[in-house]
Amino acid sequence: MATFGNLSDRLAETFKNLRTKGKLSAADVDGTVREIRRALLDADVALEVVKEFTGKVRERALGDEVSKALNPAQQVVKIVNEELVEILGGQQRRLEFAKKPPTIIMLAGLQGAGKTTLAGKLAKWLAKDGHTPILVAADLQRPNAVTQLEVVGAQAGVPVYAPEPGNGVGNPVKVARDGVKYAQQKMHDVVIVDTAGRLGVDAEMMKQAADIRKAIDPDEVLFVIDAMIGQDAVATAKAFQDGVDFTGVVLSKLDGDARGGAALSVASITGRPIMFASTGESLDDFEPFHPDRMASRILDLGDILTLIEQAQGAFDEDEARKMAEKFSTDSFTLDDFLGQMQQLRNMGSIKKMMSMLPGAGAMKQQLENFDEREIVRTEAIIQSMTKAERTTPKLLNGSRRLRIARGAGSTVTEVNQLVSRFEQAAKMMKTVAKGGMPNIPGMGPVPGGMGGGRSKPQPKKKGSKSGNPAKRAAENLALASGEKPAAGAGVSGGTGFGLGSSRKAGGPSEDEMAALQKMLGR
Amino acid sequence: MAERTPWSLSGALRGMFAKKLIDAETWEDLEDALIQADFGPSITEAIVADLRAKVAKYNTTDPTDLQRMLREGLEERLSKLDSTLNLSARPAVVLVVGVNGVGKTTTIGKFAKFLRTYNRSVLIGAADTFRAAAVEQLATWAERAGADIVRPQAHGQDPASVAFQTVERAMKDGTEIVIIDTAGRLQTKGGLMDELTKIRKVIEKQTPIAEVLLVLDATTGQNGLAQAEAFIQHAGVTGLVLTKLDGSAKGGFVLAVQEKTGIPIKLVGQGEGINDLTGFTPHVFAQKLVG
Repeated sequence: MATFGNLSDRLAETFKNLRTKGKLSAADVDGTVREIRRALLDADVALEVVKEFTGKVRERALGDEVSKALNPAQQVVKIVNEELVEILGGQQRRLEFAKKPPTIIMLAGLQGAGKTTLAGKLAKWLAKDGHTPILVAADLQRPNAVTQLEVVGAQAGVPVYAPEPGNGVGNPVKVARDGVKYAQQKMHDVVIVDTAGRLGVDAEMMKQAADIRKAIDPDEVLFVIDAMIGQDAVATAKAFQDGVDFTGVVLSKLDGDARGGAALSVASITGRPIMFASTGESLDDFEPFHPDRMASRILDLGDILTLIEQAQGAFDEDEARKMAEKFSTDSFTLDDFLGQMQQLRNMGSIKKMMSMLPGAGAMKQQLENFDEREIVRTEAIIQSMTKAERTTPKLLNGSRRLRIARGAGSTVTEVNQLVSRFEQAAKMMKTVAKGGMPNIPGMGPVPGGMGGGRSKPQPKKKGSKSGNPAKRAAENLALASGEKPAAGAGVSGGTGFGLGSSRKAGGPSEDEMAALQKMLGR
Repeated sequence: MAERTPWSLSGALRGMFAKKLIDAETWEDLEDALIQADFGPSITEAIVADLRAKVAKYNTTDPTDLQRMLREGLEERLSKLDSTLNLSARPAVVLVVGVNGVGKTTTIGKFAKFLRTYNRSVLIGAADTFRAAAVEQLATWAERAGADIVRPQAHGQDPASVAFQTVERAMKDGTEIVIIDTAGRLQTKGGLMDELTKIRKVIEKQTPIAEVLLVLDATTGQNGLAQAEAFIQHAGVTGLVLTKLDGSAKGGFVLAVQEKTGIPIKLVGQGEGINDLTGFTPHVFAQKLVG
């Protein structure tokens, strides 16, 4: 949607002008603040939040910290980032479990916000963590909401307590209360109560929600809100805060192209933290919300931390250590390349992964066109090589290449491209392993690296300039396989994949988070 | 708790129209009110500039004049396009599309009832084979409306085949109007959007499609524009349905959608009851919005 670029794109555009300037005048600040205001309004941030936000940014941007800074433009970016994080809730908060189980979680929100789907996602996520959740079907309003919850529960492998058929029959308050009792008897440690969607202006329904809350005394009341909501987020959030006094917010449908607005508004107006983000239709598309990362995402710095965590989950540590050794000793072979690519595939959808990378906002269109089967084709080519060829790619002369192409059902050109891509990758890995910053072809230095400051040059055209679709795909693939080490290097001081060090998997440490924040803020 | 206020900007505008003279504050209030009604910065600026010009031209200082001009201006903008539903074909096939959770299924239930009150025979195709229990939800609505329904034979069946079977049966039985439900999809999902194109093509093999209705949630903000553009491109939308107008959201973004895309608003949904669906009338809409 090029015409209605999202918040990150808009702010990126605004800051481009700022970045090129050495000094910042009051007029510059006003111009930027105006642009930020427009960008935020276009991104559906509530008007009162926008006013407060731009006021703060303006005040700080005109203050000493900017005029005395070495690079004022970067300083403004830093201020915007800090203020965004501040509004989004500063720190991430986890679910609070009751001291004496069961922990009771109640879901509330407008119609169509995604409560029932979220109930399934939350249940599955908790079950994976070793909890024994049960779903309670207290949405007796919408036709067949109960059936939907039963199906979702079955998909998540979680039991559902549904004594009433729904469709307007039954008392939701009673169902919720009985559900909690039932859970206690059956020794479930978490109870998730799904309620009917209701409008903030519907006094009767809000009272019902309040009654449910009173009856079950939940440990957490999660307010589910659609990431696409507009200015009405204010009225709705206030109504729900008054009505059921929620303790946390869940942002749903964050996989669309509307992001940021609702999150900013709700967090700012109610002061309640956003705890989870729902990012797709599969029950696994669910993650804890990271305010700091969201701010960076809005500022188009990419979601590097999430990416690293996913990479850590998928990569075998031993494998990675061996790999790191190989990079530095120059014995990186096509076999390793293949293994690496297969691991990459384990990490989940490449598209999803790439969209978390800095500057990827502009690449969305290209991402859509990126064909993941390209990896399969590459695998076929490598697997058509002999052992000797894989260890010493230098052996590959014309006739060998022809044989390989035939064996893999592809063309010599594709084989040639693969070999040159491999050579590039090997060279880059070596640089990374030695502690340098790789210069990814067609991408320029990685933003947020040691390159000093945030120059972030021309990342827009980082795909391919090639008009040949095959070649473009190939180059994009090279990007995909090259990106990770770069991201990892950004955090753990230049170690390939962020795993070469003996650090245990399970998320970056406090220090690293701080280091990254510092870099993002520069 | 929010009071059950009528769906209107009147609350936000009351202060400014109650004053004796139009001053700088009036303009600021007006701009804020329009932005809070989700008209978006561009349309808001355009409306305000237009009104400023008119106020200067007629040399008025009376806020009541401003209120009337605002109402007339909005009505004029909204009534540029013809909002009549085109259902004269037999069978008239209506395809209903939209993102997740905007109220497609509910709208279909209400629409079927609306048509049944005019004694048209209605057949509903449950081509949302993806979401859990969507078919059952639709079947409940169909029953309430007194319409027939074609269900998929298996969960996860190709929605295009359900659409095909529905149209096929309608042609055989001589049903007058066919309404086809589709699964909600975010406009950014390329693969799912292509699926819509396929559904359309498959239906068109049998008979032309009378209407493709895009359902938009009034609580949506500026993203509504992106939704409309994507759905127009992939599904060939011919009309908009604005739902959830019974809440506190004003749905101002539809004006931008209508102006940018040239697709008229055709139906308006105002509640969960089966009779809460009406045709779109610009005059009533503007009147209610401005007060």
